[in-house]
Amino acid sequence: MSDLQARSPRSAQLLRLATAGSVDDGKSTLVGRLLYDTKSVLADQIDAVTRASVDKGLSTPDLSLLVDGLRAEREQGITIDVAYRYFATPNRTFVLADTPGHVQYTRNTVSGASTAQLVILLVDARKGVISQTRKHAAVLALLGVPKLVLAVNKIDLVEDPATVFANISAEFNSLTSSLGWASEDVVEIPVSALHGDNVAVRSENTPYYDGPTLIEHLESIPVDAEPHRVGLRFPVQYVIRPRTAEFPDYRGYAGQVAAGEVTPGDEVVILPSGVRTTVTRIDTADGELDSAHAGRSVTLVLADDVDVSRGDVIASPADAPEPLGEFDATVCWLAEKPLRPGARLLLKHGTRTTQAIVGTLVERFNEQELTSEPAPESLELNEIGKISVRVAEPIVADDYTVNRHTGSFLLIDPAGGNTLAAGLVGDAIAAVELGERV
Amino acid sequence: MTIDISTSLAEADARPQLDGTQFDTLDALESEAIHIFREVAGEFERPVILFSGGKDSTVLLHLAIKAFWPAPLPFALLHVDTGHNLQEVLDFRDHVVSKYNLRLHVAKVEDYLADGRLTERPDGIRNPLQTVPLLDAISENRFDAVFGGARRDEERARAKERIFSLRNSFGQWDPKKQRPELWNLYNGKHSPGEQVRVFPLSNFTELDIWRYIARDNVELASIYYAHQREVYQRDGMWMTPGVWGGPSEGEDLQTLSVRYRTVGDGSTTGAVLSEAGDNEAILAEVAASRLTERGATRGDDRVSEAAMEDRKREGYF
Repeated sequence: MSDLQARSPRSAQLLRLATAGSVDDGKSTLVGRLLYDTKSVLADQIDAVTRASVDKGLSTPDLSLLVDGLRAEREQGITIDVAYRYFATPNRTFVLADTPGHVQYTRNTVSGASTAQLVILLVDARKGVISQTRKHAAVLALLGVPKLVLAVNKIDLVEDPATVFANISAEFNSLTSSLGWASEDVVEIPVSALHGDNVAVRSENTPYYDGPTLIEHLESIPVDAEPHRVGLRFPVQYVIRPRTAEFPDYRGYAGQVAAGEVTPGDEVVILPSGVRTTVTRIDTADGELDSAHAGRSVTLVLADDVDVSRGDVIASPADAPEPLGEFDATVCWLAEKPLRPGARLLLKHGTRTTQAIVGTLVERFNEQELTSEPAPESLELNEIGKISVRVAEPIVADDYTVNRHTGSFLLIDPAGGNTLAAGLVGDAIAAVELGERV
Repeated sequence: MTIDISTSLAEADARPQLDGTQFDTLDALESEAIHIFREVAGEFERPVILFSGGKDSTVLLHLAIKAFWPAPLPFALLHVDTGHNLQEVLDFRDHVVSKYNLRLHVAKVEDYLADGRLTERPDGIRNPLQTVPLLDAISENRFDAVFGGARRDEERARAKERIFSLRNSFGQWDPKKQRPELWNLYNGKHSPGEQVRVFPLSNFTELDIWRYIARDNVELASIYYAHQREVYQRDGMWMTPGVWGGPSEGEDLQTLSVRYRTVGDGSTTGAVLSEAGDNEAILAEVAASRLTERGATRGDDRVSEAAMEDRKREGYF
């Protein structure tokens, strides 16, 4: 390996993060600042922003223009849809889901946070923790986001920043601890996205703060790939059968390890059939693996000629989940058309898509008060509730609070095909209300 | 660790044993792309891979072949030939097709110009003319999923793009009506006539692509590596003379050491001065560059602040 490759972040970890916050708290400016300060923005992009800023009559480049790319966004000065940004430091590469803060907040926060290992929540130092911050924190708790950063932005605009920062931090800490986060998973940082204070460079304007800059924190925070709460879960995506002269009898089960780990020689159970066999090989195009953990796309070769097809799950027998035909779930409703009891929909869980009928709407969650009202008549756009679901083919799922990958599903409109809801198997609402984070 | 994936691996015991515990950024990006290819193979009837011969579509194809190893690739390729392609790129396309024994569909802009369905633009640029032949090829062949090598880091409008991107029966993208994309559950449902564009390289950056090319020793079209070429300068880019015209008066032909950073149409894509003859030298050059690949060498993106968004709305990638 050359010096260059050894020095480059080729072996670096990938961290997936998202932003959340309300309108005008400076999210786009903060994201622009992150890109700018990590030198992820090149000269021609800066030239373009400078030109556009001058056209708008501004004296300094408006960093939010680096990220607000759609015509309508630039016209209105707002962010319309989730966008994905990329930056890197010598230690890590980052994929950032940049979510808009306006009306459709739950829908966008859910989209951005579903894959995030860390979320940067912004507040305006002049306003502090507002109702939107509470709602966002509740939704992030529901989705099981492992780590939080509260960026207290515009800290340069308040009179007594030390006191303001201390008060906001205390209030946020009490909120997140009641939602179940451990204190070491939550960090508050006073920043000015506009001036770059404590983003990449430690600011002399914040002597009361001795913690890390935002970038230092993002590059150093430990993020486990996947906590080992459950054994192997391998949703079968595709059966690989070459039927070529070279591989006349090859039969492999392709998929991505969703949880746990697999090693050749492991005994496994095929679900929902319950048939047991042994993994003989873990194949990739580059060679065999001696083990594969969550996140790896591989092909498993099994000892016996068993019946396995797309939608089945290969699992460890020790803690194999029971296939579910009827279950309770928490859903975030993402569509304009409300959800009513009796709705016939499609449900996509792992690699299985099946017909589903919604039974009762058990309760509606109030993200502001962290309480629930029983038996609503419908769930409207951006509302969260607990429902009962019956499926035509059983799904092999874990509770969402135990595993995000095997506990999540989509509800899909069978007519138009649109995604209607983000679903979490089990009672994630109760876990949030009780502050019981696993 | 480099293996030619076309290598026969009939003797399974002879295959290398790899340490499965190491998992870096490139492994994560590769696993994500392979997952996406297999989802599409599992859920769609007639997917196709858009292949231009450029580095992104070459990496795209490389990952697709890996996703289904040791079975043959279950998709055909589709190339939209503007008639302004560099010969080396067409040669590379045909080489790849025969090396992996693939099926290739070619949609030709020239055919549309010849019978009047399209008219040459006054500026002679053909990239925007690709949209109609592309959409026709999709509908004639009833392709329901079309893989593209687009990356979200390329451009601000692309940063908004989903991995599964629904297009209406006119092939149009509506950024305000995108489906939320949650976890790694991709929703490919669509109505007859609609199609889904699929972007497995969404989360790669330009640097990731080059690191991946270096790591996997992916074979690329020769024009990506420094070579002597007769070029002339226009708008700060080094252009190759060809059927698309040029040089004009005052634009002198010179023979220089250049390479291409992106492969687009010969009339609008320029080369950069470079001595970088191998992957390592290119990695160093890309890492140190102060210009994006598009800003440096793509005239079509300079048209307006929202040029890419406008083209995507029409049905382009």
